[in-house]
Amino acid sequence: MIRRFRSFFGGIHPQYRKELSATGAIETLPLPDQVVVPLLQHIGKPAEPVVKVGDTVRTGQVVGTASGVVSVSVHATLSGTVTGIATIAHPSGREVKGVVIESDGADNWIDLEPCEEWPSLPPQAVRERVSAAGIAGLGGATFPTHVKLSPPEARPVDTLIVNGVECEPYLTADHRLMLEHTGQVVAGAVLVSRVLGVSRVIFGIEDNKPDAVQAIEAEIRRVAGSSAGFEVPVTVGVLPTKYPQGGEKQLIAVLTGHEVPSGGLPVDVGVVVHNVGTCAAVFDAVRHGRPLVERVVTVTGEGLKRPGNVRVRLGTPARLLVEHFGGMVGEVGKVVFGGPMMGVAQYNLEVPVIKGTSGILIIPRDHIDTDDIRPCIRCSACIEVCPIGLLPNMISVCAEMRAFGESEQYHPFDCIECGCCSYVCPSYRPLVQMIRFAKTEVQHLKAKH
Amino acid sequence: MNDSNPKKPGPDGADEGNGPEGAKKAPQGAEPPVAAPTTPTDGKTSVSGAASKGAPKVPEKSGKPSSAPGKSGAAGAPVAKKMAKSSAPEPAYTLSYSPHVRRRISVQSIMVDVLVALLPATLVGLYQFGWYGLVVILLCVGGCLGVEAVGQKMMGQKVTVSDGSAAVTGLLLALSLPPRAEWWLCAIGALAGIGLGKLVFGGLGYNPFNPAILARVVLLISFPAQMTSFVTPSPWGLDAVTTATPLNLLQEARIRGLGLGEAAHTDLLAAFLGGIPGSLGETSALAVLLGGLYLLWRGHINWDVPVGMLGTMALVSGLFWWHDPAHYMPPAFHLVTGGAMLVAFFMATDMVTSPLTRKGRVIFAVGCGLLTIVIRMWGGYAEAISFAVLLMNAAVPIIDRYTAPRLYGARKRGGL
Repeated sequence: MIRRFRSFFGGIHPQYRKELSATGAIETLPLPDQVVVPLLQHIGKPAEPVVKVGDTVRTGQVVGTASGVVSVSVHATLSGTVTGIATIAHPSGREVKGVVIESDGADNWIDLEPCEEWPSLPPQAVRERVSAAGIAGLGGATFPTHVKLSPPEARPVDTLIVNGVECEPYLTADHRLMLEHTGQVVAGAVLVSRVLGVSRVIFGIEDNKPDAVQAIEAEIRRVAGSSAGFEVPVTVGVLPTKYPQGGEKQLIAVLTGHEVPSGGLPVDVGVVVHNVGTCAAVFDAVRHGRPLVERVVTVTGEGLKRPGNVRVRLGTPARLLVEHFGGMVGEVGKVVFGGPMMGVAQYNLEVPVIKGTSGILIIPRDHIDTDDIRPCIRCSACIEVCPIGLLPNMISVCAEMRAFGESEQYHPFDCIECGCCSYVCPSYRPLVQMIRFAKTEVQHLKAKH
Repeated sequence: MNDSNPKKPGPDGADEGNGPEGAKKAPQGAEPPVAAPTTPTDGKTSVSGAASKGAPKVPEKSGKPSSAPGKSGAAGAPVAKKMAKSSAPEPAYTLSYSPHVRRRISVQSIMVDVLVALLPATLVGLYQFGWYGLVVILLCVGGCLGVEAVGQKMMGQKVTVSDGSAAVTGLLLALSLPPRAEWWLCAIGALAGIGLGKLVFGGLGYNPFNPAILARVVLLISFPAQMTSFVTPSPWGLDAVTTATPLNLLQEARIRGLGLGEAAHTDLLAAFLGGIPGSLGETSALAVLLGGLYLLWRGHINWDVPVGMLGTMALVSGLFWWHDPAHYMPPAFHLVTGGAMLVAFFMATDMVTSPLTRKGRVIFAVGCGLLTIVIRMWGGYAEAISFAVLLMNAAVPIIDRYTAPRLYGARKRGGL
C-alpha cells in the first residue's frame, strides 16, 4: 500500500526550514474583532455581494454568491455587523472588493445541516454541498473545487491524486493537518473518489514527512471495509523530497507515468488532483454542512519569534497571526503570503488571510538579496532545473529585448512559474517575472490580431 | 455608506497599493491627499483601518510590525519612498517577485573559482619560465580589464569589470601565449579578445566566440613567428633556451615529409607533468587537469565537454596510430601536448559559447575533438585546438536549435 516512487526531471533542493514549525501543533487563533472577507479568494469571477452595510450576519452566512460556474461563494467568518463593502488590501495585489464584518464576539453560527449518512450521499448532493460551502483548492491555486468534482462527460477520470506533498519550503500546514486531522483528510478523499467515480486513488507525500505517511496509511486501513472506506485500490505514494514535487504536472507524471499534454488539463490524462486541505474541507462541508470559513496557516520565517501553525478565520489580518506567534524579531525585509518559492510579497500586515493562504513567511532584511541583475551567461543552470523542460534563459532574453513574438517559440505558456530557474540563476535574473511578462505581452499581441 | 462617499478614492488608494502593480498605482490613486487619519468622521471607508476604532488606529497599526522602518515609511527600500507619497505611512517591506529565496552563487563567485582553478597551471608556468611570466600575466589581465572598462565607458554602458569575466579571459590568454611574449603581443591580444571578441557583440553573455581563443587565433594568424617562439622550461626560467614545441616539431616534419621527426621522441610523461616547451600555462597537463577537476567538483563545468572532447581526440588519433604507428603519434601525445587540457577544461567549457543542453554539449565536444585531430594531422597550424573550438563556437546556435530539452507533455522529442 505504501509505495516509493522515483522523482521527476529538473527541480531543486532549497533549504526547507520546515523544522521551524513542523512540530508546532495546530493552534487556534482567538476570534478577531473584525474580518475583511474578500469577494475573490479563488481563480475565476469574484463573488457578488449579497449583504448591505449595516446588515447583521451569522458565522457561515453567505455574504457573496458565486457569479457563474467558475466562481465560489464566500461566507461570513464571524457573526456581527457588516460595516463596509469596499476595495481592500488583497494578498494578490489586485483590486478586489471585500466585506468588512465587525464581530459581536458571540460567534453565532448559522443553522448547520449535518449529514450522518454522508458515505451514501449521491454524487450530485455532494457537489451541491461542496459548492454551497464555497470550497476552492486550498493548496494555493484556489481553483473552485465543485468544478473539479464535475469533470466533463467526454473525459472520464480514472485516478484521484491526493496532494499532501507540500514541497514549498517552510510550510507545514498540510503536514500538521495530515497528522492531526487524518480522519477528515481520508474521509474527504473517500468522498471525492466516489463523486469522481475513479478506479484508483493515490496519495502523494514527500519522504520528509514519514509520520504523515504512516498516519494516512493507518487511517486508510482503519476505515477499510467500512462504509466510510475506499471502494477502490489506494496507494500511499512516498516521493523523494525535491521542489516542485507538489506541482500538479510533476506529481501526475511521477505517480501515473502520464504527462499532461502541453496546454491541456490533468483531466486529459484521466487524473484529478486535490490537496489534502481541500479534502478535509470537503468532508466538513458534506458531513457537518460547514462552509469554508477557516483554514490552517503556517506562520514562520527567521524573522518571527515563535513559528507555528494556526487555524484562523478567513479575513483575519496577517498582523494578528504575527502577534499571536510573538511578533517579529530584528529588522524585517519581506512579508510573504505563501511559501518562499511562489508566495506573494506584501507591503503591510493588514492583508487578510484568504482561502489560498497556506503560510505567512517573515523574512529578515539581511536575508534579502538586492544585487543587480546581470546578463545571461548561458550557464544553463535554469535549463537543468526546469521541471517542464523549458529554456527559461531564452524566454527572458527575448522578453528583455521585447521580442515577444520570438519568445513564443520557447513555450512560455507551459511555464508553471515554480521559480526554480530564478532560484539558481547566478546572474540573479528574475526569470519567472520575465516569463510572465512575455506571457502577458504575447497575449496582448494575439488579442490585437 | 461607503459607496456614496465622494472621498472614496483617497483612503482606498492608500490602502490597496500592495503587490507590484499596486505599488505603482499607489501614487496616482492618492491624488486627493486624504490620509486615513484626516477622515475621522467617515473612518469606516478606510476598510482595513478598523472602522469602529476610527482614525487613531491607523498610526498605531503602521508602527506595529517590530523594528521595520516604521511610521516614517520612507526609511526603507525604494518602495517605501513611493509609498510615502501616497500619504499612507505604512511600514515598508520589500516587494519583489517570487521566489524569495535564492541559491547563493553569482557570476562573480564562478569567475573567482575559475581563477582559483587556474592557479596550479599559473604557478607551474611561473616556476618554469621565471618572473617574465608574471609580466605577461599582468599585461594580459590588466589589458583585458582596461579594454573592457574603457570600451564600456566609451559606449556609455555600465562598467562591469567587477564580474571577473575579463580577468579570466586575461589569465587564459596569458597562459596560452609563449612564455616570452612581447608586451605588444599581450596588448593586441587583450584588444582582440575583449574588444573584438566580446564588446562588439554586446558584452558578457552575447559573445559567440570564447574571447581568449579568439585573441589567440588573431595573434597566431597575425604574428606566426612571435607566437611560435618558445623556450625550454627550467627552474625559475634561468636556463631558458629557444626551442620548439613537440607540436611544432611534428608540424614541421610533416610539412617536409620527414614522417614524425623529432616529435616521435617526445617524453610523454614529462609532457604530462610539465617538462617540455610550450605556452606559459600549458606545459604541465597535470596542473591544468587539477584545476579542471576542481571546477568539475565545484559544479561550474560539466564533464560532458572535456570528456567528450578529449575522448574524441584519443579515439580518432588512436585509430590512426593503431593503423600506422610510423606516421601517426599515439593518442596520449595529443592529450598532453599543446593546449589540449587547457582548452578542453577552461575554454571549450565556457558557458557563454557552448551549447545549452547536455545533448548539444556532447555534439559540440565531439566536433571540437574531431576538428582538432583533423587540423593537427593535416592542417597548416600546430595550435589546431583553438581553431577547432572557434569553429564549433560558430555552430552553437544551430546545435542549440536542434537539441532543445524535451518539453513536458509534448509528444515530439527535441526541436523547437
